[in-house]
Amino acid sequence: MRSERRGGASRPLIAGALAGMAFLHVPMLFIFLYAFSSEDQTYLFPPPGLTTKWFGVAWERPDVWQAIRLSLEVATVTTALALVLGTLAALALARTRFFGREAVSLLLVLPIALPGIVTGIALRSAYGLSGIPFGFWTIVVGHATFCIVVVYNNAVARLRRTSPSLVEASMDLGADAFQTLRYVLLPSLGTALLAGGMLAFALSFDEVIVTTFTAGQQTTLPIWMLQELVRPRQRPVTNVVAVVIVALTFIPILAAYYLTRGEEHASGGRL
Amino acid sequence: MLPLWSSYLVRVYAWKLLLAKEGVVNWVFAESGLGWMLNALLAIPVIGGPSLSISTLGTFIVFVYIWLPFMILPIQAALERVPQSLIEASADLGARDAATFRRVIFPLALPGIVAGSIFTFSLTLGDYIIPGIIGDSSLFLGQVVFLQQGTAGNVPLAAAFTMVPIAVMAVYLAIAKRMGAFDAL
Repeated sequence: MRSERRGGASRPLIAGALAGMAFLHVPMLFIFLYAFSSEDQTYLFPPPGLTTKWFGVAWERPDVWQAIRLSLEVATVTTALALVLGTLAALALARTRFFGREAVSLLLVLPIALPGIVTGIALRSAYGLSGIPFGFWTIVVGHATFCIVVVYNNAVARLRRTSPSLVEASMDLGADAFQTLRYVLLPSLGTALLAGGMLAFALSFDEVIVTTFTAGQQTTLPIWMLQELVRPRQRPVTNVVAVVIVALTFIPILAAYYLTRGEEHASGGRL
Repeated sequence: MLPLWSSYLVRVYAWKLLLAKEGVVNWVFAESGLGWMLNALLAIPVIGGPSLSISTLGTFIVFVYIWLPFMILPIQAALERVPQSLIEASADLGARDAATFRRVIFPLALPGIVAGSIFTFSLTLGDYIIPGIIGDSSLFLGQVVFLQQGTAGNVPLAAAFTMVPIAVMAVYLAIAKRMGAFDAL
């Protein structure tokens, strides 16, 4: 009985796992197929013919380019903001004990534990009540609420594994706080921050629920996508943009995965 | 697994392609001679509709698909923590595989299952995009919030509506905490 168990999972279990993986991954493949479909009115399957002309059509569309540009700008600024604030929060909470420490760490994680509409409506009411006009920065702040958590999670996991004696040694050797940060802490945090930053970038680039509440009239790439889904104008262009989004978000997430392989809770995505 | 945490809209869109009346799922059913089965499913009053992409059944399938990774990861983590020695002890004491699963593995993995359900429950509760794109015209809670703050411009009413998911989640989290789900995160 035992030797049988060591031999691996039973056949029904393997079949079940394979079916699960297929359910998770196969739908994405059809997006790629449809991007080449020559049918432009319906989602006809199988496609009547294959063509690459939609990539050219999408390339010419200024609204797509504007949406991509705004999304990249927002994601870049959000990531920079999240890196600074997330690292500071991690440094403060990882080693020291102070009154209200548990409360602060709970408040940090709250934006990803609550449904997106709660964060969204909270921000929208706050902007409305304080008379802040919707624009670039309202989107950035909305995204930063959950991007900080990702950076924080990665940084805290790494700080727990680095020995506190390194900091003490640095101080003993006469380094001031900034030198210790610059030459001891930041190098050891390096890849964790890179991974956290990449995940934050991907999350911000992909976020739609909070954004719809805080964007006002602006169109990020996911908002553009959402508009096309609700009211389709040119379906093949949407298919092409979908493929581009998959490609753009896939790269940073994969990179983050390889950078933090084997670390506990390193990913800490949107929960 | 990780890529599945991203491209939320694209994944919803993929299902719009799949479930459309002229789409892949219908084609597969028709080609395999099972078209009558799909039609019978869609004829059921509450969950059915004109096509899969305009039915509550479709909404359900897409919700399951989108949040599945959030359930798999905590359960996987919980299963990895079940000690191999306990499973072996159960087998040595004469329990069959099914009994071992029911009385050893399942109780030990339960906190992980509850932890996963926190995410799937909370995410489904707050989502307004999936039922807007795939499903019939009945409104989900998240859609009410979104419509009230957007087209109706009634932010206070929308904010009052969000108290519902907050209250439900608070109760849910309290129960989950009792079942030890927070240790499994």
